[in-house]
Amino acid sequence: MAWVRLSEAEKVYIAHGVQEDLRQDGRSCEDYRCIEVETDVVSNTSGSARVKLGHTDILVGIKAEMGTPKLERPHEGCVEFFVDCSANAAPEFEGRGGEELGTEIANTLYRMFNNESSLDLKALCISQAEHCWILYVDVLLLECGGNLFDAISIGVKAALFNTRIPKVRILEDEEGSKEIELSDDPYDCIRLNVENVPCIITLSKIGHRHVVDATLQEEACTLASLLVSVTSKGLLTGMKKVGKGSLDPESIFEMIETGKRVGKAVHVSLQEILNKEESLGKQRQKVGFLG
Amino acid sequence: MAVEVRLPAARKRGSEVLLPETNRHLVAPGDTITTDTGFMRGHGTYMEDEKLLASVAGTVERVNKLICVRALKTRYNGEVGDIVVGRITEVQQRRWKVETNSRLDSVLLLSSVNLPGGELRRRSVEDELAMRDYLQEGDLISAEVQAVFSDGALSLHTRSLKYGKLGQGVLVQVSPSLVKRRKTHFHNLPCGASIILGNNGFIWIFPTPEQREEEAGGFIMNLEPVSLPDREVISRLRNCLLALSTHKMMLYDTSILYCYEASLPHQIKDLLKSEVMEEIVMETRQRLVEQEG
Repeated sequence: MAWVRLSEAEKVYIAHGVQEDLRQDGRSCEDYRCIEVETDVVSNTSGSARVKLGHTDILVGIKAEMGTPKLERPHEGCVEFFVDCSANAAPEFEGRGGEELGTEIANTLYRMFNNESSLDLKALCISQAEHCWILYVDVLLLECGGNLFDAISIGVKAALFNTRIPKVRILEDEEGSKEIELSDDPYDCIRLNVENVPCIITLSKIGHRHVVDATLQEEACTLASLLVSVTSKGLLTGMKKVGKGSLDPESIFEMIETGKRVGKAVHVSLQEILNKEESLGKQRQKVGFLG
Repeated sequence: MAVEVRLPAARKRGSEVLLPETNRHLVAPGDTITTDTGFMRGHGTYMEDEKLLASVAGTVERVNKLICVRALKTRYNGEVGDIVVGRITEVQQRRWKVETNSRLDSVLLLSSVNLPGGELRRRSVEDELAMRDYLQEGDLISAEVQAVFSDGALSLHTRSLKYGKLGQGVLVQVSPSLVKRRKTHFHNLPCGASIILGNNGFIWIFPTPEQREEEAGGFIMNLEPVSLPDREVISRLRNCLLALSTHKMMLYDTSILYCYEASLPHQIKDLLKSEVMEEIVMETRQRLVEQEG
């Protein structure tokens, strides 16, 4: 992963700051940096979003394609994740350098969506065991400025909210052969219910306390961090520990509690802005990549 | 706990009206600098149809018959005597490699540092073996540019008690063109913190030391916790510097101090928001103009 090298004294300064609840940029331990979200940024996708969190810059695109359902789940569609680490983000990602991190993030995303409640996959089924929608979620990492997981999960949620899947009907003639008919109206589409889509909150342990939304410098000081994926109702759908350090059970509980609290707040503000953006409709000035 | 999600705002055009008109000749790539053929072509320029055009965006500089364009968005081009802040990336034979935001890593020779205790002697093999005890990978130093090699790499020295290893504090990285060249780049600001404005765009903010501990020659670090009021000042200064640099304001003691004073009514973490940044930078600009004019 993109990382920075710090001197001992800088690390000590950051650790003491976290202890005093005043971080380098003046935030307290549970403050997020300002998150910028814009949806519908790539026109040839079913849904897309771009998230900026400090220097972290993420682009998420979702493409719906028709395919056959999995054998063990004949009446459900499926979601596939792919994370591409652009060499623009960090020179180490050049060639196959970003593959490891990309796979790690994609696996984390699979895990947090691997439950009944996150996304209603049944809605993606067209005809049982024959046709379903497959959502390809492609994440592109444009810049790393710390806290990748949170930014990516926010991006995925925003892009899912923005996703519009065309409505199709199955027509069956007398001989039993089926035909798929696409609606003529491009605005006639189904939307996904993202109410239960989780967001990842990364809690980094620095000294005896933990912080949310760590910057690259703070990540360099953390030995262990905990990723919790939380839904808007505060339900935990997944958890993962990263880093080589260890965490004691007590602090894990504390971190989970913080994660739930912060997670709920993230969901509330995110939903608010997504609704606001949608209500603006065509009036909204698109900023895109040249803003 | 605060989580704020917002829509991105398009970048506004800068308001150039406020600053007094300076007689800088600014060009964009492709602009004609001169149609006179009597001039020599320097860096950042090219000839086409008997005309001299700029190949980079920047200011035109003329030395007799030679015309160059000094780019505004660039890596650091060192000059002898500049003060830089850098990070050690490698320990090699009798030298350290230092990252200074230049195109090539700078070198700091073992013979151009002060030994602990300020001893004056030839550097022996023991010194060579103890190099990592003085400075190791990741350490930050302040130094002066001693020489520029033919390939543009810099040779640094820290042979003064002003320079040397840096302790606790915060590093801010800005564009090197935003740091104004002044007589001194070390400032003890009256707001309670000190600042080193490296010409290479690395800015080091640290708590003002109570007294100069000279006997160690700057190699022993003070790892005592910094007090909360000092931290607040440092964080505020950090955010002010970022605000000034996002609005492309020149950085020097007065502008930083004015910006700091303008930021006082706001909470430190609010200074990260773009609208607050804009407000305090506007106020700073106003004061700078009033002071000048």
